[in-house]
Amino acid sequence: MNDSSPATPPQRSSAPVTAMRLMDGGLIDRSRTLGFTFDGTRYTGHPGDTLASALLANGVRLVGRSFKYHRPRGILTAGPEEPNALVELRTGARREPNTRATTIELYDGLVAASQNRWPSLQYDLLSINGLAGPLIGAGFYYKTFMWPAAWWEKVYEPLIRRAAGLGRASGVADPDHYDKGHLHCDVLVIGAGPSGLMAALAAGRAGARVVLCEEDSRLGGRALLDGRRIDQRPAADWVAAIEAELAAMPDVRILKRTSVVAAYDHGTFAAVERNNDHLAEPPAFAPRQTLWRIVAQRSVLAAGALERPLVFPGNDRPGVMLAGAARAYVNRFAVMPGRRAVVFATNDDAALTVTTLAEVGIDVAAVVDARSEMSPAMEAAARMASALLITGGAVTRVRGSLGVEGVEIRSADGRKTRIACDLLCMSGGWTPNLHLTCHQNNRPVWDARLAAFVPGNLPSGMAVAGAANGEMSTRSAIMRGAELGVAAAVACGFRAASPDLPPTDEESTSSSPLWRVTGVTGKAFVDFQNDVTVTDIGLAHREGFRSVEHMKRYTTLGMATDQGKTSSINGLALMAELTERSIPDTGITTFRPPYQPVALGTLAGHHRGKDFRPTRLTPTHAWAAERGAVFVETGAWLRAQWYPESGERDWLESVNREVRTVRNAVGVCDVSTLGKIDVQGPGAAGLLDFLYANTMSTLPVGRARYGLMLREDGFVMDDGTVSRFAPDHFVITTTTANAAKVLQHMEHALQWLRPDLEAAVVSISEQWAQFSIAGPRSRDVLQRVVDSPEAISNAAFPFMAIAETTVLGGLPARLFRISYSGELAYEIAVAAGYGEALIRAIMEQGRDFGIAPYGTETLGVLRIEKGHVAGNELSGQTTARDLGLGRMLAKKKDYIGRVLQERPALLAGDRPALVGLRPVDTGARLRAGAHLVASGQEPVAANDLGYVTSVAFSPTLGHWIGLALLSGGPARHGERVRVWDPVRSGDVLAEVCDTVFVDPKGERLHV
Amino acid sequence: MRYSLTTLLGQALMGNRGWRQAWRRPDPKPDYDVVIVGGGGHGLATAYYLAKEHGLSRVAVLEKGWIGNGNVGRNTTIIRSNYLLPGNTPFYEWSLKLWEGLEQDINYNAMVSQRGVLNLYHSDGQRDAYARRGNAMRMFGVDSDLLDREQVRAMVPYLDFDNARFPIQGGLIQRRGGTVRHDAVAWGYARAADQRGVDIIENCEVTGIDVIDGRAVGVMTTRGPIKAKKIGLAAAGNSSRVAAMAGLRLPIESHVLQAFVSEGVKPLIDNVVTFGAGHFYISQSDKGGLVFGGDIDGYNSYAWRGNLPMVEDVAECGMALMPMLGRLRMLRSWGGLMDMSMDGSPIIDRTPVDGLYLNAGWCYGGFKATPASGWCFAHTIARNEPHAFNAAMRLDRFASGRLIDEKGAGAQPNLH
Amino acid sequence: MRIPCCYCGARGHEEFTYLGDATLARPSTEIGAPADDATAAAWHDYVYVRDNPSGRHRELWQHTGGCRAWLVVTRDTRTHEIHGVEAARDVALAREATHE
Repeated sequence: MNDSSPATPPQRSSAPVTAMRLMDGGLIDRSRTLGFTFDGTRYTGHPGDTLASALLANGVRLVGRSFKYHRPRGILTAGPEEPNALVELRTGARREPNTRATTIELYDGLVAASQNRWPSLQYDLLSINGLAGPLIGAGFYYKTFMWPAAWWEKVYEPLIRRAAGLGRASGVADPDHYDKGHLHCDVLVIGAGPSGLMAALAAGRAGARVVLCEEDSRLGGRALLDGRRIDQRPAADWVAAIEAELAAMPDVRILKRTSVVAAYDHGTFAAVERNNDHLAEPPAFAPRQTLWRIVAQRSVLAAGALERPLVFPGNDRPGVMLAGAARAYVNRFAVMPGRRAVVFATNDDAALTVTTLAEVGIDVAAVVDARSEMSPAMEAAARMASALLITGGAVTRVRGSLGVEGVEIRSADGRKTRIACDLLCMSGGWTPNLHLTCHQNNRPVWDARLAAFVPGNLPSGMAVAGAANGEMSTRSAIMRGAELGVAAAVACGFRAASPDLPPTDEESTSSSPLWRVTGVTGKAFVDFQNDVTVTDIGLAHREGFRSVEHMKRYTTLGMATDQGKTSSINGLALMAELTERSIPDTGITTFRPPYQPVALGTLAGHHRGKDFRPTRLTPTHAWAAERGAVFVETGAWLRAQWYPESGERDWLESVNREVRTVRNAVGVCDVSTLGKIDVQGPGAAGLLDFLYANTMSTLPVGRARYGLMLREDGFVMDDGTVSRFAPDHFVITTTTANAAKVLQHMEHALQWLRPDLEAAVVSISEQWAQFSIAGPRSRDVLQRVVDSPEAISNAAFPFMAIAETTVLGGLPARLFRISYSGELAYEIAVAAGYGEALIRAIMEQGRDFGIAPYGTETLGVLRIEKGHVAGNELSGQTTARDLGLGRMLAKKKDYIGRVLQERPALLAGDRPALVGLRPVDTGARLRAGAHLVASGQEPVAANDLGYVTSVAFSPTLGHWIGLALLSGGPARHGERVRVWDPVRSGDVLAEVCDTVFVDPKGERLHV
Repeated sequence: MRYSLTTLLGQALMGNRGWRQAWRRPDPKPDYDVVIVGGGGHGLATAYYLAKEHGLSRVAVLEKGWIGNGNVGRNTTIIRSNYLLPGNTPFYEWSLKLWEGLEQDINYNAMVSQRGVLNLYHSDGQRDAYARRGNAMRMFGVDSDLLDREQVRAMVPYLDFDNARFPIQGGLIQRRGGTVRHDAVAWGYARAADQRGVDIIENCEVTGIDVIDGRAVGVMTTRGPIKAKKIGLAAAGNSSRVAAMAGLRLPIESHVLQAFVSEGVKPLIDNVVTFGAGHFYISQSDKGGLVFGGDIDGYNSYAWRGNLPMVEDVAECGMALMPMLGRLRMLRSWGGLMDMSMDGSPIIDRTPVDGLYLNAGWCYGGFKATPASGWCFAHTIARNEPHAFNAAMRLDRFASGRLIDEKGAGAQPNLH
Repeated sequence: MRIPCCYCGARGHEEFTYLGDATLARPSTEIGAPADDATAAAWHDYVYVRDNPSGRHRELWQHTGGCRAWLVVTRDTRTHEIHGVEAARDVALAREATHE
């Protein structure tokens, strides 16, 4: 062994100097300085930096702690695949846990903190977990924490939960807002590296509508990172020229900071644009992020490739970095990721890292090429960098805990050399970034030459270009990008020609895999974030978790925030080795959307708070609000629940007054929310006969009839009224809740079940405002509103009459003498826009008769007093007979539900059927949802007789009343039942009675 | 090998080199007393209880892929017994009781975590519907409590109480409900069944069912024919395909349900919470990820993938309920095939083919049922008649009208 | 998914409402006929039993967010590939014609 000269000591992370920044180069704006803090220490950086590059520029290498062992971790990558450098970004309500420092664009005032450590990043007490490694290997928790049994939930689990998770969520509402949008294009290009740019250019020049999405804030992809020349100029200049041309094309849309995260069927993609994440907070009224739903005829995936780490002991120490990332920091950010480097690689691509580091003055101490044969490219690079070249060698150990201090290298002949360094660049080769090709269950295929999976079958319309397709050189990427851009445009009907292909540098992409360094001891990490080591994979194998999916689930490999981007291939290669199968035989775990983690706020867009769902307002909403109505959400509608008057202490007092007003004088209620459907045509009557359980074709013109609709399975679907305005013209109403469903049901009947019927149906719910005017004085009021008062006398316009008429001096209206309340009552409908005018007129004309408006509560009390069924009874679990409506069922016609309602269980005598309930102690309260057992019986399931469906306090009777579904039904009238409601501490006796509590003979309807 | 503190420490000291396979990898034998088709949670649990409760060890579980590949490994891990109808409640309560004793029974820690399941209500009608359900549960001796708005706020203060489109009025809580580490259920049952002699045979796809004179006598598989005295189908989303091999058509459609997990964060959500004004349920795993889901995609599918509108719908519900979720990131989504029955409830029964038994129709509620489903299916197979717990879960209930339709949605699977 | 409505062209499936199997025919049972096993079985099968194929599936969708036409879509349930879309009323009329 020999020790070479010591490296520069690692930088203290508190040093507020940008010690590692190069004097020139890079795509940063040195003219401006941005201040930021990390773990409370102030640093500076420049526009163009990421948080990661700025931290490196300041000499900060220790950035985070791992999930299980709390190992010190640094920055592994320069991109979105980063597994280690996760931070809590921002503070307060905007705190974002687990944010990758490598993707955070630096802004002035940025605040970030490390996570999953206590008390500090440098001294983390839970790092003792590392010592317990043998006890807490893969899947240990399944085998333990079982003794004593009670301790699991009281002791063990709380401890585990506290230790788990990485960053902390803000815990308070996200103050930002989010947008959504649709984009339609001919060609979607995903990724703006050399191949993506060429694809977009080719398709754009052909005139295709192109959307080009780039995850980064800049176009260029690897061209910005590698420092090569394209088109005989610096690659960044070539990128800028292409970008300028694309930007000038009217049908090309460039979306930067936009990740295409999912590929759905038929050319539908989800993309996330980070509109304002590069600012401390979004400008006023601007979204933080936008979810784009992109529909494309053709797509070109040009997402590049991801570099693989090598697996050896200590490969996770801060200062161990992917080779491509190291040169990215130099080339793009003008940062030295270290002062003295060792490069450990299996491929020629890393030679570029060697020369890049050397060019900016980083001392490359050694180049360790794992391949046994000398690589000319590597040899040339090592010579240029004056570095020791060790062919057939391996890094076997990393010295340093909070940061790399040196490495131990084993030569091909087994000799070991120690070299001091503060940077270890590693490259295990490149894996095509083919995530999106697999979202529709396609599987990638193994390419033995590349030692990588490449895209297999592709989603329809998709093609893959460049490194994502295994075309690893810039030249091949450019060529294929242009080719696929042309092909995509042609497929969309454009004439296209390939752009001239720019000359590129020579490059060697020769590579040979090394899945792990053998003959070593110590923790060698496969999945960095989740702390999955080679040992864990061995254990999974030993215990039979050998399928890649079992291995993943048992060890948690690939389940961290990077979803295996840096770990999954290495993991399955190790399992393949253990099971002595090939890698393709071992298989690969499934790629699932999203490709990058997506904020839930983005997926929700504006649909939160009051805007979660649309709010429908009735035509009289403004008027009701003016009167101080209390509103209630009923489905999508906001309806007046009651109208308090001064001096009333609670809702019950208001509702009682409203009920009494209707029973004794007159009330008015907006019932516009009822579904209203217009049915016309020679087949209209036949259609309604088919849809309703009772007969409608016999309904005379000018009359209305109550109707009951069943589902085909024989249960009640909905009820409402059917009014016949002409032989071939009906208007039906539905319940508010079922308006849309009934319309669909009718259209289904008409277009599919009974195409023989010539009829048309259309919703007119929105077009008509409709009010119920109910009470003994309702005719008096109405006669002052309609233009022909004599036409609505009791004789001229009896119960269940309907008519088209005019009100308020010529305003067309429809009048229905129907009653939900059991009183003399009418419903009147006018064009929705006149609704407010009409209700004001009704209130004005009704003042002399003591009119009051009433809301949904009173509506409910009135109907319960009359025993009418509503949503609570039309539960989808009840038949017409259960509801006491069996007599309505027609016997001489076919209708939906006719046959299956006759099934034995639907006719059983012990089925719960509708009854009324009155409390024995009239002071007792009934509650809906209470169950019923026979008086004196224990409240156990075997004695369950049914439940209370609806209750109301009846001011007419002076006590609570209820409707219930009771086994045996009306046969039990007069019996006493226990109304048992333990969840609200209720247990009262009630007498079973008829469902009609007020005016059982229905005389008031006809006065 | 029994898991105990001694084995754990011993293994740690010897570098964990002595752990053995959690279950064997036997080749299929030519014949068995019982063959279970489907190596998911229900199939594995059935095999375990056949061995444990009925002394049958000549039992094989045939799995076309790897065990636990089905819905037991792709659900939102919720367990509960807060059902409304008497055909369901005792069954799910029995399941919950089995969960409560599971780790001791099978010597495997599946992390049964009784964190409480809270169903929120947003209207008077919904409150009363939950009261009806809570009361029904109490009648079966199941714990349930109806909470008002302030009680809910004290428990989960981060919900949107102030600006909600559908204001939270309260909730029904079952405190014994909670979550379980889903994969571990499959592995734990597999290991326990294996220890009792059950052959668990992976990568063995059933390609046919031998029916002779109305009696099932064996199966054809990709690993050769296997004879069996009795055959139990526990194939979830593939139930229709497998049943068709015996000439049966089922009251089932296969639909995709998506589920989601966020990046891991420090403890944030302690309970299982379900939204009452949209389809959304969420909990936090012991590992820190928020696990959540919503409605099925809504059309027949055998494609194990979901669609974007449902992803958005789930996120919208999540944000409407918990606006603190905005900056947390969805890490992964996945889809499973749900065997949606025509009334939303399962079938555990004999079939018109002698010797062939059916366990299907779990819709998207099968995970919580795993122990009782296995226990009852084992009973039904071994005794050739259902246990009282699954007596209502009959295949002929659609003909008779004895439906178990919790929602009253009718014969349309995508509404359940 | 995108469903090519016969009237509106290809639209996102979220504009449509799904019903299910379009190969089922509503049994025609005479009014007042005594309930026999064959009738019961026909209705049971129509309302409750499904082929539920893994592969091509003829199914009913309604373009509820568009023209409101009911459509018969032929779709592969494994791949979501859509092989054809017909107006349900045309299919139904053709079905009636063959029955008459």
